[in-house]
Amino acid sequence: MAEYRKLYGMAAEFSSAAELYHAAEKIRDAGFRRWDVHSPFPIHGMDQAMGLGKSWLSGPVFIGGLVGLLTAVALEFIPSSFLYPMIVHGKPTDFMTVPAFFPIMFELTVLFTAFTTVAALCFFTWLPKWYHPLFNWDRFAQVTDNGFFLVIEARDPKFSEARTRRLMEEIGGAHISLVHD
Amino acid sequence: MSNATTLYEQQKAAVTRVPLVANRRNAPWITQNISSIVEGGTPIWWWIAISFTSTLALIGLCCIVYQISTGVGVWGENHPVGWAWDITNFVFWIGIGHAGTLISAILFLTRQRWRTSINRASEAMTLFAVICAGIFPGIHVGRIWMAWFLAPVPTSNAIWPNFRSPLLWDVFAVGTYFTVSVLFWYVGMVPDLATLRDRAKSKVAQYLYGFFALGWRGANRHWRHYEMAYLILAGISTPLVLSVHSVVSFDFATSILPGWHATIFPPYFVAGAIFGGFAMVLTILLPARIFYPQLKDVITPQHIDKMCKIILLTGSIVGYAYAMEFFIAWYSANPGEIWVFLRNRVADPFICERLLGIPRAPYWWAYWSMISCNVIAPQVFWWKKNRYNLWVVFLIVNLVNAGMWFERFVIIVTSLHRDFLPSSWGMFHPSWVERFTFFGTFGIFLTLFLLFMRFLPMVAMSEVKIVLPESDPHHAPEPPAETASATEEVHH
Repeated sequence: MAEYRKLYGMAAEFSSAAELYHAAEKIRDAGFRRWDVHSPFPIHGMDQAMGLGKSWLSGPVFIGGLVGLLTAVALEFIPSSFLYPMIVHGKPTDFMTVPAFFPIMFELTVLFTAFTTVAALCFFTWLPKWYHPLFNWDRFAQVTDNGFFLVIEARDPKFSEARTRRLMEEIGGAHISLVHD
Repeated sequence: MSNATTLYEQQKAAVTRVPLVANRRNAPWITQNISSIVEGGTPIWWWIAISFTSTLALIGLCCIVYQISTGVGVWGENHPVGWAWDITNFVFWIGIGHAGTLISAILFLTRQRWRTSINRASEAMTLFAVICAGIFPGIHVGRIWMAWFLAPVPTSNAIWPNFRSPLLWDVFAVGTYFTVSVLFWYVGMVPDLATLRDRAKSKVAQYLYGFFALGWRGANRHWRHYEMAYLILAGISTPLVLSVHSVVSFDFATSILPGWHATIFPPYFVAGAIFGGFAMVLTILLPARIFYPQLKDVITPQHIDKMCKIILLTGSIVGYAYAMEFFIAWYSANPGEIWVFLRNRVADPFICERLLGIPRAPYWWAYWSMISCNVIAPQVFWWKKNRYNLWVVFLIVNLVNAGMWFERFVIIVTSLHRDFLPSSWGMFHPSWVERFTFFGTFGIFLTLFLLFMRFLPMVAMSEVKIVLPESDPHHAPEPPAETASATEEVHH
């Protein structure tokens, strides 16, 4: 049946983090764009080996934190100043009593930051995504144990079955297989 | 081999770190042996343990139902002691949670790689401890069905909460702490849930672990965002954990009651929380190492040694805070402060009463239990021999658990029981309902932990694999067996 299904890409297995790291450097230098490596744990320096820059997850998270802060400001000062002004300990809501409002501002900033972090992580990684063509490959179950994989997608402009296979053999890949959707 | 070693070898041994994973275990070993805790059959001891703890939890829940349906009068609180075991237990439990966040966040930012094998279980303890803590402020309000008044929502009677009250800060601090801890714990667990998914034999397990693993496939294009998310969560959890116990201390410190009104409270409470939390982490993990011997290779004596050092450090900070509170009470020349510290807490029947003629404090035994357990007992950890003797460690951490409960009891009850008007002085007597509510929270805590051990990966496998020497992409191939132990970790 496999040949009637859409080709997803070509995958190879490597024996260690170090081998995968050096293989990634070669794929990067060969100019591939749509490829990825899979490992049971994040490999130190792999982003550079793959030619990836810094993760900009922090961008939306900063905005989320700011929204949290402003939410707290609105939540505290609108009721305390306008809807239900209270004089506590002889202190009205004015500029001098602002520090007493800080703890809740801090807590809501943290809360919104955490929510945005998780939401941004889901968005950036496009997870949850319970189906993926790679799960069709039986060797891939090792990825959460001790397996190190390199996958080049078929839609990469430089992809060709014969040449990509030869390249993967050269860089030391084992169990080179085609993965179908 | 002869005993003579070259200077080179001695120097090399001195700079080589002891490996964090003992017995040169590799990644498949970690996967197999940590997953087997979840995958294997349920051990008999687990059934025995959970039948005890869930019975205890049920007794506690019955007490809570009885208290809610009858009223807070079933507790021993009365004038002048209006806060007693309820808030003592709240502060006790919330403090225990702090070790988990310290391990997962602060030790992550400070790049303490030994945190990886204990962070998951400690974070789980954080969640369960905060659940136990949350019970007490929830039920001590009396009419619990009015607890929603704490939420700042528009209502038809147009009353809003006081945002300048530490009690409302507490609502936000504890609520945020619990939510962020759940997110941090779950995000950290996703790769390990994927491991269990890939190993699962039964359809139900595949479906459930697969659902919560979110389709994780270890892609580096995911790991880079994942690591950034983890860093951000650690970065915000660090000030959060410091803020939570600071806010808890504000419940007392912003009042004007002698014994509570102290500026040292926030750092003193935070140090105490970490101190008590680490004691609870060791109280749970030392028996877990016996029941699951494979844990001994990831939670090594080195880990226990380091936790003991943190207990010694934070215990000494707490001891300093006790001394400084006492000094400031005297230095303030405020008779109310001096009264609370000397005559309500410190004055003991032996030295103060016999030799100095100061009548004994009614709660001198609570104060001196606190000092003995929290300040004196941990000093044995100055000696390496004691830090490596697990019986000594287990004894001391349990003394610390008791001592930290006494600390909160001393702060709350001794400050209240004899106030400015001698005609209203009185002692506090806990009723059976509040005793069993407190014991019940231990049942809830331990039951939740047993369930966690049984169904979720209790050691962060993907993180422990990072600290293996072969996980470094620049790791050299295995050297010959003789020199293997010496060259390990040299790259880090």
